[in-house]
Amino acid sequence: MIRVIEPGLFTTVQDLGREGFGAMGVSASGAADAVSLRVGNLLVGNHDRAAALEMTLVGGTFEFPDGDTVVLAGCDFTATLDGVSVELWTPVAVRPGQTLRVGATRAGARCYLCVRGGIAVPPFLGSTSTHVLSGLGGFAGRALRKGDVLKIGNLGRRSDFAKLSARARQLLVPARVLRVTPGPQWDRFGEAAQGLFASGAYHVTEDANRMGLRLAGPAIPAPAGGEMISEGVALGAVQVPESGMPIILFVEQQTTGGYPKIANVTSADFHSLGQLRPRDEIRFEMVTWETARALFREQEEVLASEELLFA
Amino acid sequence: MITSAADGVRFLPASDQTLMVYFGEEISVRAHECVLKVLRLLERKPIPVVRNVHPGYCSVLVKFDALACTHADLEAMLRGFLAGLEDVRIEKPRLVEIPVCYGGNFGPDLEDVCALHGLTPDSVISAHSCVEYLVYFLGFVPGFAYLGRMEDRDVEKNAGLRGKRPALQVPNALQGIPATPRLAVPRRVVPAGSVGIAGTQTGVYPFATPGGWRLIGRTPMKMFRAAPEVSSVLSIGDHVRFVSISVGQFAEMEGVPA
Repeated sequence: MIRVIEPGLFTTVQDLGREGFGAMGVSASGAADAVSLRVGNLLVGNHDRAAALEMTLVGGTFEFPDGDTVVLAGCDFTATLDGVSVELWTPVAVRPGQTLRVGATRAGARCYLCVRGGIAVPPFLGSTSTHVLSGLGGFAGRALRKGDVLKIGNLGRRSDFAKLSARARQLLVPARVLRVTPGPQWDRFGEAAQGLFASGAYHVTEDANRMGLRLAGPAIPAPAGGEMISEGVALGAVQVPESGMPIILFVEQQTTGGYPKIANVTSADFHSLGQLRPRDEIRFEMVTWETARALFREQEEVLASEELLFA
Repeated sequence: MITSAADGVRFLPASDQTLMVYFGEEISVRAHECVLKVLRLLERKPIPVVRNVHPGYCSVLVKFDALACTHADLEAMLRGFLAGLEDVRIEKPRLVEIPVCYGGNFGPDLEDVCALHGLTPDSVISAHSCVEYLVYFLGFVPGFAYLGRMEDRDVEKNAGLRGKRPALQVPNALQGIPATPRLAVPRRVVPAGSVGIAGTQTGVYPFATPGGWRLIGRTPMKMFRAAPEVSSVLSIGDHVRFVSISVGQFAEMEGVPA
């Protein structure tokens, strides 16, 4: 088990989310940086979709009364185990009674603590992911608090992986130029708006969380044709409200919305969205559908291959 | 008479894993029935590459396995699928009654709504609670129903289908509530169960979420629950009527399972 000594800024239980309940208004949720969660799980011998702890900007302090095998995945939050430095992407055998202290981020927004066996919480609609807005799933439907005690599952196996390959490390570096495809209302935005979007530098505002990231930068003129009828929205949709400041919908997104969408972040760059912090500067690069598909396929091929992932 | 439900259907890639299917470009009961039929058809005859659907007023966003097929592949599959849409039988709509305690602390914007339209609280309450609404779809957050009014003929048709209670006539525009603007500054937290109006829409907030609709009442019903099993009071295609209750009735009903 894990005893939460300090929860950190915002730490939740996440897996790869619940897909298939959009008709009930339930979004998929799941890890903000799913690639890191998957690799972290593989490093400790878990199935890639096992539940882990997602820490945001500032990590927590966790005591392991029974000992466990753990790994930190994602961005470097500077961690120590009983005072000894712990490397990212390197599985560690924790002895009974030891305490893992995860500090503040050095770069990026999220760090995952994966434990062999996975975090054991009751699934909601087939997933252990926390859906914070509705208070469903995860550990009691909320972020962790001081004193919480988490159980560990028993589905892990021994893993012989010691470190990541160079290729995998490259794959995991979050991008600051986000590849996008045209959104369903792309054509309704005029050429000037399309040009501003494709060339402008935007920064992530303080209003960035698992539901969405509000950006600031060159205002994109609203499309002609006025109000939109509410429709389904995809993960990574770039909405443009009247203010002209784009909002990227993220893992705990609303399932439908009424703002026009100029673009959509490609699947291969979803994990990069999960590592963006307030004040980070980003740009958008339009790519073809074929390129988007190839990037996604390439990422999935690496993630499915132990040879490519591990050294 | 309608020729084919799939006439005028338009496909548009929305992301590298999703395809939008539009049934026209306006809110109508006919477009809604197409959306509902697609959902029912997918439940009965699942397409293996389809991973999720997000219904809207006149569209369905379809998420698919992008490693297994392309947008064009999925469009071809869906076109074949939509040919059978006319034959899909929609079940008789359920009529769900939602008790609402109007005004006071539960409906902090009721007085403003009255002032905006020069109406009395009683006339707003009776206008809101005498209309039968259609659940066009669920979206936004778990269990949130986008409710809309139906044309008179649809209310009558469906009342006939149900064969029980005669549906009330939709009141004429003067008896109803005119379009109501949203709050200039949305509330950071709207209490769960709040009943709001915005434009000509109305809805119930299932969870304490931010929101900009004007709140005229609150229901003691828990609109979405995860345990003992996942259930939503409202589903796509349901008919809804709000029933005015007192503060005392609210207190009695609160916490009683739906």
